[in-house]
Amino acid sequence: MIKIENVHKQFKKLKALDNINVDFNKGQVVSLIGPNGSGKTTLIKSILGLVKPDNGQILFNGISTDKDISYRNQIGYMPQIGRYPDNMKIGQVFQMIRNLRGTDHKIDEELFYRFKLDTMQDKTMKSLSGGTRQKVSAALAFLFDADVLILDEPTAGLDPIASEVLKEKIIAEKKKGKLILLTSHILSDLEELTTDVLYLQDGKVVLYNSIKELYDLTGEDKLSKAIAYVMKNGNQQQEFHYRKIANG
Amino acid sequence: MLKISKYVLYDILRNRVVLAYTAFLLLVSLSLFQMEENSSKAVLSLLNIVLIVVPLVSMVFSTIHWYNSYEFIELMLTQPVSRKKVLLSEFAGIGSSLVTAYLVGVGIPVVLYNFDSTGIALLLIGSLLTLVFTSIAFFASIKSRDKARGIGAALLLWFFFALIFDGLLLVILFAFSDYPLEKVIMVLSSFNPIDLGRIYLMLQMDVSALMGYTGATYKDFFGSSAGMIYTFGTLLLWMIVPLLLSLRSFSKKDL
Repeated sequence: MIKIENVHKQFKKLKALDNINVDFNKGQVVSLIGPNGSGKTTLIKSILGLVKPDNGQILFNGISTDKDISYRNQIGYMPQIGRYPDNMKIGQVFQMIRNLRGTDHKIDEELFYRFKLDTMQDKTMKSLSGGTRQKVSAALAFLFDADVLILDEPTAGLDPIASEVLKEKIIAEKKKGKLILLTSHILSDLEELTTDVLYLQDGKVVLYNSIKELYDLTGEDKLSKAIAYVMKNGNQQQEFHYRKIANG
Repeated sequence: MLKISKYVLYDILRNRVVLAYTAFLLLVSLSLFQMEENSSKAVLSLLNIVLIVVPLVSMVFSTIHWYNSYEFIELMLTQPVSRKKVLLSEFAGIGSSLVTAYLVGVGIPVVLYNFDSTGIALLLIGSLLTLVFTSIAFFASIKSRDKARGIGAALLLWFFFALIFDGLLLVILFAFSDYPLEKVIMVLSSFNPIDLGRIYLMLQMDVSALMGYTGATYKDFFGSSAGMIYTFGTLLLWMIVPLLLSLRSFSKKDL
């Protein structure tokens, strides 16, 4: 469904994405995992067209995302830090986004009501706490029943109840056979959702496997342990590499 | 596109700066027309104020508004809306509100006191200058990432067009005073929208008779319909070119 081909992105000296080649398909729940600054958000933003790759291309259902922006009709996006116009009220933001997307979409307001956003429609965005902002972002991402959901740190900043509600929602959407891309540092959150793991480091894909393959590969049966194994081994390899350079 | 412009306009109306700008222009224009016996003299004074204030306000307001609506722009771009559409809607929203402010603030007094070809020319030039400087401000703010830099660039550009450019012209005039420079200066002034507007309007007025031989050469050109087309065409170019450049660099920008 989403095909990423040879994507490079450089910010000044930092290589944020280094020759990424991956395929995401319907029915997958892909967890993007990696240390801070490994390029997870940059990859997500490239898919959305917010960041323009220096090289390579991203295809959505075979069409380059650079040429036609209508693919964004099929994406629900929840940013890591939701930023909204300060002066707008919650109700107005929802009204505006619905207005922009047009009326021929199915509307899914489950999260809107379960997060009780309907009771605070008249609050302005600048008066909201970080958690409530996250709720708004989440409700917006799921609002149009989109085929692809891209969730960047969805549970960060949410209280345990809201976090549980969101997870239930993600599982429900997974059952509908949607493609879901997730990033999170809380691996226990991902464990029950994910079908595939994409591990990034320094802008490179270290591994992209289904969760079963990952468990077989590492001999672990918990995501957190398996990832710890990968990180440790990855680091060992790197250290070895450095030692080789040092010894000349 | 209209959908997005609607939200931009709504946001502009809420922060009341444009309303204050309208009131300011209205107050200045009305008091000038009240003070001067001869209304065409008042138009001349008004011209001088308009040529300073309109570019300044258009640039500073557009730049600040651009940075303040960054969140809005980001939100739009995660939706199925193209970058071109977002930029043009922003431009349409800001441009139309500033032009409306100008047409109300200066237009109403001019229609009341001095509604002739000079008055209409003043309104046209003022509106065009508003759009020209809004477009230049867009370019400056897209090119510079943080707010302080953007506003600094906008102010510098304004300073250049309002003051420094004229200084440079004077230097050239003095240095080459032995040569006939009328044509050269005419061409050079096309590089400054404010100067172009000023010369065009001055020559619509009676004061041009006082400008001697140079005035006569200019009057020959700017008084004719070719001169009018040239002036408005150049001003339109001044609006379109920065806007196209902004579109180009905005479509490549990372958010």
